[in-house]
Amino acid sequence: MVNVGVVLISHSPKIVEGIKEIIRQVNKDVPIALAGGTDEGEIGTNIDKIITAIEEADSGKGVLLFFDIGSAKMNAEMAVEMSEHEQVKIAEAPLVEGAYVAAVEAGIGKSMEEILQTLHKNF
Amino acid sequence: MELTVNKGLAWLKTINEKIQEKKDYLTDLDQAIGDGDHGINMARGFQEVEKKVEANDYADVSDLLKDAAMTLMSKVGGASGPLFGTAFLKLSMSLKEKDPVDYPSFSTAVGAAAEGIKQRGKAGQGEKTMVDVWVPMAEYLQNAQEFKPDELETKAKSAMEATKEISAKRGRAAYLGDRSIGHLDPGSVSSYYIFAALAETLQERK
Repeated sequence: MVNVGVVLISHSPKIVEGIKEIIRQVNKDVPIALAGGTDEGEIGTNIDKIITAIEEADSGKGVLLFFDIGSAKMNAEMAVEMSEHEQVKIAEAPLVEGAYVAAVEAGIGKSMEEILQTLHKNF
Repeated sequence: MELTVNKGLAWLKTINEKIQEKKDYLTDLDQAIGDGDHGINMARGFQEVEKKVEANDYADVSDLLKDAAMTLMSKVGGASGPLFGTAFLKLSMSLKEKDPVDYPSFSTAVGAAAEGIKQRGKAGQGEKTMVDVWVPMAEYLQNAQEFKPDELETKAKSAMEATKEISAKRGRAAYLGDRSIGHLDPGSVSSYYIFAALAETLQERK
């Protein structure tokens, strides 16, 4: 089955690694790509990292981006504009809970629009 | 006013010079009301810009500024990366196929940059952000008939200084609200250096 992919964006690499671990407990298949920290591994976000993560997470059914504080959203928006992938959307939901819900839904084959609706209803 | 590739290069280098010189000052400003990384981030970003543009040849000013924009976006980090990156990207897009750049096209380009920053940061005037320098500068340039370096520098400086009295509504400083009053906005100070560097670069040498 082809699943919607999930990109986790945080100022901290440890945060996104932790969220991925939580999600992997319930789902092993959904593509999850991480964009945590700057390109030097420091606290911050990085557009290039987000673009690479979008590519990694895209298996043809779309990619949803989840972000944390401050510049994370701005960098996510720029990455979406610059990325050549279609069907990339930023989810307006809390990073941990939102990504978890999205991954569970993606795991049962839901489309990007369906997942966005669920997120909208829940958060 | 005539902005050529060479002048553009000199502009970027002068910005870098100022930012490197004021790195600790910018960090102090940001420690007071933000997360304290502005000086380090800007210094890293503009150092990379200088390295990048020195290593390449450019057909026109637009190409030069585009490379600067892309470097700022990926190297600055924090919110300043996408914001200053957007500013230079909008300048570049607006100046496409205009070489050398004359005064009317430059003032239009600064207007586009100010608009870009507002959209990217979802910020308006009076929220203690770099918008408070870029928007008044765009208006000043559009109203002035010709390029006057000294006046441009003075305008940018007073716009930057005015951010001291504003209560922050955006970014990390917004958490402080009225406690941010009395502190300069670091992004506005960096923006001032960008305009001051422009004035310096284009100052007629006698």
